[in-house]
Amino acid sequence: MTLALETTDLKVRLRLDDGWFTVCDLSTLIPGRGVAALLPDGRQVAVFADRAGRLHAIDNRDPFTGAAVLSRGLTGTHQGRPFVASPLLKQRFDLESGRCLDDETVRVTAYEVEAA
Amino acid sequence: MTATPGASPTIVLVGHGMVGQRFLEALAERGLTATHRVVVLCEEPRPAYDRVQLTSYFSGKTPEDLSLTDTAFIEQHGIELHVGDPAESVDRAARTVTARSGLVVGYDVLVLATGSYPFVPPVPNKDAEGCFVYRTIEDLLAIEEYAGTRATVGAVVGGGLLGLEAAGALKGLGLTSHIVEFAPRLMPVQVDEGGGAALLRTIEEMGLTVHTGVGTQEIVVGEDGAVTGMKLSDGSELATDMVVFSAGVRPRDQLARDCGLAVGERGGITVDERCRTVTDPRVFAIGECALAADGRVYGLVAPGYEQAETAAAAIAADGGGEKSFTGADLSTKLKLLGVDVASFGDAHGTTEDCLDVVYSDSRAGLYKKLVIGRDGTLLGGILVGDAEAYGTLRAFTGSVPPVSPEALVLPAGAGAPAQLGPSALPDDAVICSCHNVTKGTIRGAVTEHRCTTVPEVKKCTKAGTGCGSCVKVLGQLVNAELEASGVEVDKGLCGCFAQTREELYEIVLALRITSYRDLLDRHGREAARGGDGCEVCKPAVGSIIASLAPAIGASNYVLDGEQAALQDTNDHFLANLQKNGSYSVVPRIPGGEIAPEKLIVIGEIARDFGLYTKITGGQRIDMFGARVEQLPLIWARLVDAGFESGHAYGKSLRTVKSCVGQTWCRYGVQDSVRMAIDLELRYRGLRSPHKLKSAVSGCQRECAEARSKDFGVIATANGWNLYVGGNGGATPRHADLLAQDLSDAELVRLIDRFLMFYIRTADRLERTSTWLERIPGGLDHVRDVVVHDSLGICDELEALMAAHVSHYRDEWAETINDPERLARFVSFVNAPDTPDPVVAFVPERDQIKPDLPLLDIGRRPADEILEGSATR
Ligand code: SRM
Ligand SMILES: Cc1cc2nc3c(=O)[nH]c(=O)nc-3n(C[C@H](O)[C@H](O)[C@H](O)COP(=O)(O)OP(=O)(O)OC[C@H]3O[C@@H](n4cnc5c(N)ncnc54)[C@H](O)[C@@H]3O)c2cc1C
Ligand code: SF4
Ligand code: FES
Repeated sequence: MTLALETTDLKVRLRLDDGWFTVCDLSTLIPGRGVAALLPDGRQVAVFADRAGRLHAIDNRDPFTGAAVLSRGLTGTHQGRPFVASPLLKQRFDLESGRCLDDETVRVTAYEVEAA
Repeated sequence: MTATPGASPTIVLVGHGMVGQRFLEALAERGLTATHRVVVLCEEPRPAYDRVQLTSYFSGKTPEDLSLTDTAFIEQHGIELHVGDPAESVDRAARTVTARSGLVVGYDVLVLATGSYPFVPPVPNKDAEGCFVYRTIEDLLAIEEYAGTRATVGAVVGGGLLGLEAAGALKGLGLTSHIVEFAPRLMPVQVDEGGGAALLRTIEEMGLTVHTGVGTQEIVVGEDGAVTGMKLSDGSELATDMVVFSAGVRPRDQLARDCGLAVGERGGITVDERCRTVTDPRVFAIGECALAADGRVYGLVAPGYEQAETAAAAIAADGGGEKSFTGADLSTKLKLLGVDVASFGDAHGTTEDCLDVVYSDSRAGLYKKLVIGRDGTLLGGILVGDAEAYGTLRAFTGSVPPVSPEALVLPAGAGAPAQLGPSALPDDAVICSCHNVTKGTIRGAVTEHRCTTVPEVKKCTKAGTGCGSCVKVLGQLVNAELEASGVEVDKGLCGCFAQTREELYEIVLALRITSYRDLLDRHGREAARGGDGCEVCKPAVGSIIASLAPAIGASNYVLDGEQAALQDTNDHFLANLQKNGSYSVVPRIPGGEIAPEKLIVIGEIARDFGLYTKITGGQRIDMFGARVEQLPLIWARLVDAGFESGHAYGKSLRTVKSCVGQTWCRYGVQDSVRMAIDLELRYRGLRSPHKLKSAVSGCQRECAEARSKDFGVIATANGWNLYVGGNGGATPRHADLLAQDLSDAELVRLIDRFLMFYIRTADRLERTSTWLERIPGGLDHVRDVVVHDSLGICDELEALMAAHVSHYRDEWAETINDPERLARFVSFVNAPDTPDPVVAFVPERDQIKPDLPLLDIGRRPADEILEGSATR
């Protein structure tokens, strides 16, 4: 597996209500591809890295189908902003705000995420 | 029984052929069906159909495909259609028509559109068993049956346009075919001596035997009264099992004669410029039964359509119609497989003082002649061997073309061939002569009616819906017009790339680009460079790179490196995502053939993992309900038992279905199972613009449904027929015959070329069916390229396929043997051993199904989903 990033010890962390939560090594993230993480309260988060190395995290549950699959969607750039398209019915979600680009009434939770 | 006319005046149409149907449409367009009662007497057992395309029945068109009308049209316009009930007599004094059933209809206006009957020369035994004519669907059904059961040799009397079509059809039915023509050359009416010689060569090369300058004297019959041969005027005898007469047609004017209407010396109901009979103002005659005001009987459909319009206009205006019919163009293009012959305008140069420009190359079977007037006007011409320019030249007829005539006939490559695009044509040039549609009308369809595709323009203007010879020019015009009218037709793949998929394919191949990012940063739209692309172009480019992997030096394992990020989730997990986030597993079962041991393995695996099993529509077995982390475990067992990926997840070859074929079936003529397995193993794993499906049937009964496939193969006594462009799904399409009686090796070679040409030129998510309908030139063009190698790329196409075949490796075997690749098969990156709790099941009919209430929690209502998104 080839990775563009210098990644040795860095961890991917999410900001939850009660502090930072470590998800995985930065090196496990393939740019453009997501992973799912399980939070202590049972919620699921989809975590992504884009090709510039920026990290993004949103809720993993696809609000249109109920399945926990957003981490398995294809990512892209729309008008300069990163998004993921649900692998089920293909709605796109802005990775920074969680807003659905194809239905303004829908939004999923977006998480603050960092590599540290 | 008498049908009494009601309050509204009655129009009775006798004959529901091509021209009759057009007349009904013209009545409807003018609102006359609303104000009149319209009664149609139709002799044939079916409503109007496309007689011009009759021969395409033998290349797979069904009678339904050929139909020109439908019940909706008939019902919507309140037309009383009596099928299978011909008119037997007309009483002009009482103004009634009596049909064979006894039905008597009173009329205010009577329109005769009875067409022609085939002329059969009065030779002895002309009605013997095994003698046929070639005019109706029923004729073809009878010919097909006889050829299939009782004949190996067939002869056609008459070497004209129809005779050649009929002979080609007999050959297509597997007969050794002869053509007997009285005149010294083939197609004597359309082509001159030079053209006839070039045509002869081409026809003989196709394996037909031609006898010119001899007449038929007698049909020889055997003891059972069936045809065994024919005696020719030069004293020789030709052994044949069947004879098809195609020696011209005669107008069907008997009904008219019997009721005292004037007919011409050589037949045809005499009409004036409004198509009204000269004898009775209440009676009209149109189509092939009419002797037009210019003293001619027209045997082509376009003039008949003109007459239909003229008669309808005359009836609408109650006698004062503006439209008149005074003569028509006799242009024709031969539709016979593989022969390019066209003649148009004054082909024989009968105009005073005209000049010929001739180009002839007897080695290549080429002959082109243009007839030019003193002032440079193009008057007509003949094209043999290469009729590419027919559409444009025909449209220029009657005007002075913008380039010199020599340039128009020189073949490409010799000197500077004239690139006479349709943009050079004047607005009043007729592009579609079948429906008399001008360039101006076609432009109007684009600019005013906002048509943006050829099918839309066809629907809007009728252009291209007759003989089809103008479709190519039509396509060029539509594109030129779209571009000119500034309708910014962004043909780009998506917001990231301004190129089409085809263009990107060429870039990737030529520059050997193996990375999506490279392609995006160097060739993407300015704003998209440096970005992350999108969900449209990523899998499309991923597929192009995968199709070309061996040729451009990329890894053909689709999940390596950057490729991994390009794949849809299905490809990424090498399985099909289901609605609750679980996956289905489909091992390859080539040709649908599977040994009991393997069936047991599938059963055991499904039982052990608690999977739902179902036989698919593709002749294999699908196991549903696997969680991501189970996929490698399931596949380890499958691979161990000798299974490999079925690529149910990929835009790639799915299945090659088979029927049981010759081995077991009493009708089978080839081993369809073996061929299906061979093909499936050859093309497995081939990434393409959309999924590819195939099937092989062991005989014409077609139990494998090959003609609904992207490439379908049907066994014949002599080999295999190859059909392409079939589709089930939402817009079903029957596949078209590409080539027939192929050996195993020829079959595989053609499929190699066909698939690679499709992969090269199709759009993203464009099945072969839509591709075939979209690309300029359609099936003919594809046949030129893959059968006749007109672009000279077949070697390259074959080499690309060879590279694919030799580099194929099973994706699942490669995956389970590589721990790094296996690492992604977890539900949670931070809890690899925890299954996704949303993936849960409840029992149903002894198996499982997704727990739907669990999915529904916090989910959007279904109708909103439909409105909001599913169509994207
Ligand atoms: C499993 C199966 C149904 C079954 O239980 O029988 C099936 C299931 C799906 N079909 Fe199909 N099709 C299946 C046979 C067919 C057939 C029959 C055939 O192949 O002979 C057809 C019509 C033939 C054809 O394609 O021309 C068919 C026409 C479609 C279409 C419409 C394609 C079109 O050109 O209009 C789609 C939608 C698409 O591809 O865009 C589709 C899409 C799908 C998808 C991928 C829909 C989706 O996105 O979830 C289904 C997922 C498969 C899965 O999860 O495993 N499926 N589908 C069949 C798998 C066959 C196999 O062994 O691989
Ligand atoms: C194989 C073939 C290929 C051809 N190719 C071309 C081509 O490439 N280009 C071209 O321009 N033309 C072509 N033609 C000719 C074209 O088909 C005819 O010009 C066209 O069909 C004429 O239309 P029509 O309505 O006048 O006659 P038809 O289509 O023959 O219709 C006449 C109908 O009237 C019916 N009828 C007759 N008498 C009665 C009665 N008493 N009562 C009720 N119904 C009656 C007949 O059964 C028939 O159905 C081809 C013809 C054939 C057979
Ligand atoms: S297609 Fe022909 S050979 Fe195959 S099963 Fe059907 S009848 Fe038998
Ligand atoms: S010229 Fe025959 S369809 Fe247009």
